[in-house]
Amino acid sequence: MRQLIKQRELVVDDWRYAGEDPIGRERALILPFARWKEERERWWLWDGRLGVRIGPTDPVAALEHDFLRIGLVAIEFGGLSEGRGYSQARLLRKRYKFTGELRAVGNIQRDQLFFMARCGFDAFELPESANVEEAIAAFDDFSVAYQDSTDTGLHLQRRAV
Amino acid sequence: MYQYDQIDQQLVDQRVAQYRDQTRRFLAGEISEDDFKSLRLRNGLYIQKHAPMLRISVPYGLLSSRQVRMFARIARVYDNGYGDFTTRQNLQFNWPKLEQVPDILALLASVEMHAIQTSGNCIRNVTADHLSGIAPGESEDPRPWGEYNRQWATLHPEFSYLPRKFKFAVTGSPQDRAASKVHDVGLHLVRNAQGEVGFEVLVGGGLGRMPMIGHVIREFLPKHELFGYLEAILRVYNLEGRRDNIHKARIKVLVKSVGPQKFREMVEAEWQASRDFAPTHDAAAFARIAAFFTPPAYESLRDEDVLSGKPTEFRNWYQRNTKRHKIAGYRAVFLSLKSPQRPPGDITEAEMDRVADLADQYSLGQIRSTHDQNLIFADVRQRDLFALWQSLKALDLATPNIGTLTDMICCPGLDFCSLANATSIPIAKQINERFDDIDYLYDLGDIELKMSGCMNACGHHHVGHIGILGVDKGGEEWYQITLGGSASGPDAALGQVIGPSVAHAEVAETIDRILNVYIAERDEGERFLDTFRRIGIKPFKARVYAPTHQAA
Repeated sequence: MRQLIKQRELVVDDWRYAGEDPIGRERALILPFARWKEERERWWLWDGRLGVRIGPTDPVAALEHDFLRIGLVAIEFGGLSEGRGYSQARLLRKRYKFTGELRAVGNIQRDQLFFMARCGFDAFELPESANVEEAIAAFDDFSVAYQDSTDTGLHLQRRAV
Repeated sequence: MYQYDQIDQQLVDQRVAQYRDQTRRFLAGEISEDDFKSLRLRNGLYIQKHAPMLRISVPYGLLSSRQVRMFARIARVYDNGYGDFTTRQNLQFNWPKLEQVPDILALLASVEMHAIQTSGNCIRNVTADHLSGIAPGESEDPRPWGEYNRQWATLHPEFSYLPRKFKFAVTGSPQDRAASKVHDVGLHLVRNAQGEVGFEVLVGGGLGRMPMIGHVIREFLPKHELFGYLEAILRVYNLEGRRDNIHKARIKVLVKSVGPQKFREMVEAEWQASRDFAPTHDAAAFARIAAFFTPPAYESLRDEDVLSGKPTEFRNWYQRNTKRHKIAGYRAVFLSLKSPQRPPGDITEAEMDRVADLADQYSLGQIRSTHDQNLIFADVRQRDLFALWQSLKALDLATPNIGTLTDMICCPGLDFCSLANATSIPIAKQINERFDDIDYLYDLGDIELKMSGCMNACGHHHVGHIGILGVDKGGEEWYQITLGGSASGPDAALGQVIGPSVAHAEVAETIDRILNVYIAERDEGERFLDTFRRIGIKPFKARVYAPTHQAA
């Protein structure tokens, strides 16, 4: 089972990635970015929920006219050296006002979660080996911050610079 | 100087707790060596040749005597009794134990210090002009902006995992004593035609393997727009900077590959598009910060004759190691960490304790670190100079060589650093032994010698009037010499390589030949750098590579 943290809890993921079988009762499907761009018209009329999975070089601006239809964006991280996802997330939330699920996926680690949450991620798909309890504790590493952020349920005493 | 409030203190305390837990997880085998590397680096901990090295942040180079005493205590208890001031105004300990680092950080937090973002691919400690606030002719004290920048950059949610490290320098003086043109971003407080003060913004400077001078991408940025504009620069870099090759990941490579003009357009476009969510200037928060930097209550004094009847040694020291202060009756005093037997920038725990005492006695309890690895007492009454000089002399901190050949910048080199190709401290020693005649040094005048043990250029060799770079040739140490570089203000330029590298034993001899050309060719009162720029590299080359019997 996929480990998914939402609202500081381990939850069952009701989404499926394209290619996974079966599609599931929820009929909620995440397409790769390239496939979404190619087959957009066809999927638009499908009766299930749709999400898109983007990689670090995929421009979020290309989704600008899709947010009526897309309920989830999954952003890939290749490890601690990959940081483009933080800007992609912030742009989705702040510039494009995306309100659906914003999911961090890939080789993500406990020590990134605080930053991710502050950039607008609200779902975290951890590798199977991850210690979920420790990961959830990471949201409480800091109770103060200097920057303004997307409110993602963190309880920060802010000083916005 | 700035004092933490409850939020600042809480953040630093929580960072210590977080790092303590990261260390615990690593020692328990719960995180891999590689993952821990990325975590410890964001907190200033490198693993060097002999031991870990811990780099402590000294924001804009400003320290209180209490903080320097804490450095001394840490050096005594957790290290081999000394620390090393760096070219980014920070302090490094070379011998801490990995498992004791959380305790060291807790001690630092107790005096409002930390090691946050002193390494790793994130926004590093901001540096500033070491004469901020006291230099005549400054448009504005840059330190409040340094502190504002420190807070904004600390644990920034969007820009903590950049392609590569990112360094800011801020100055308010046209002399640019902070080497801002060789930083990722240089911020100059300037006055526009309407008399308003704002920022000139430079981007894409840097040293290392691909040295570059920064480009002005905005001539005048109103102050209240600062962080919106900086976030636009960082977002463009974070999304577009290369991550496939560590040597091509700095912002300078991006600026060069798209061109400064195009980069400027990209930043302007991003800036305009993010106006509704960019950080806004918090005037009250800034005013709170700025209030800590209002000038102290200086006594009303007059400039006095402090030289009459004093020994030559003191007069020399006064000339070289003290600088004009904008307030009458005061001088800024440089403590030279460049005495002949001392590795440049090193200071022992006992010396640090004494420096803290002297700062309390003579300079309002504050100490500054400079980017050329010295210390400053910024606010010394002229009437106290002689007594202070006597105390500093007893501490070996009054070598009257500031700005001269032996006031050299020098990285730790192969003696400590696992990146280095060659030693640099022994070369500093060789140069000190060769050029031990102070009158000769004074005759040579202002010369900046900068030395790095490898092409990562921590010793800023590209921007030395004379630069020395250690290279490895088949397991032997060789040294490449550059001439004509400069990091400061209108002079800023990269040095030119003079020719094939020279053997370890030949470095001081080579420098001597170079200086002989200068002495033969200089016009009256002309600096080394200016002579070089007037006559070019050829005469130097001819002399350096001439057979020995002709060169003498």
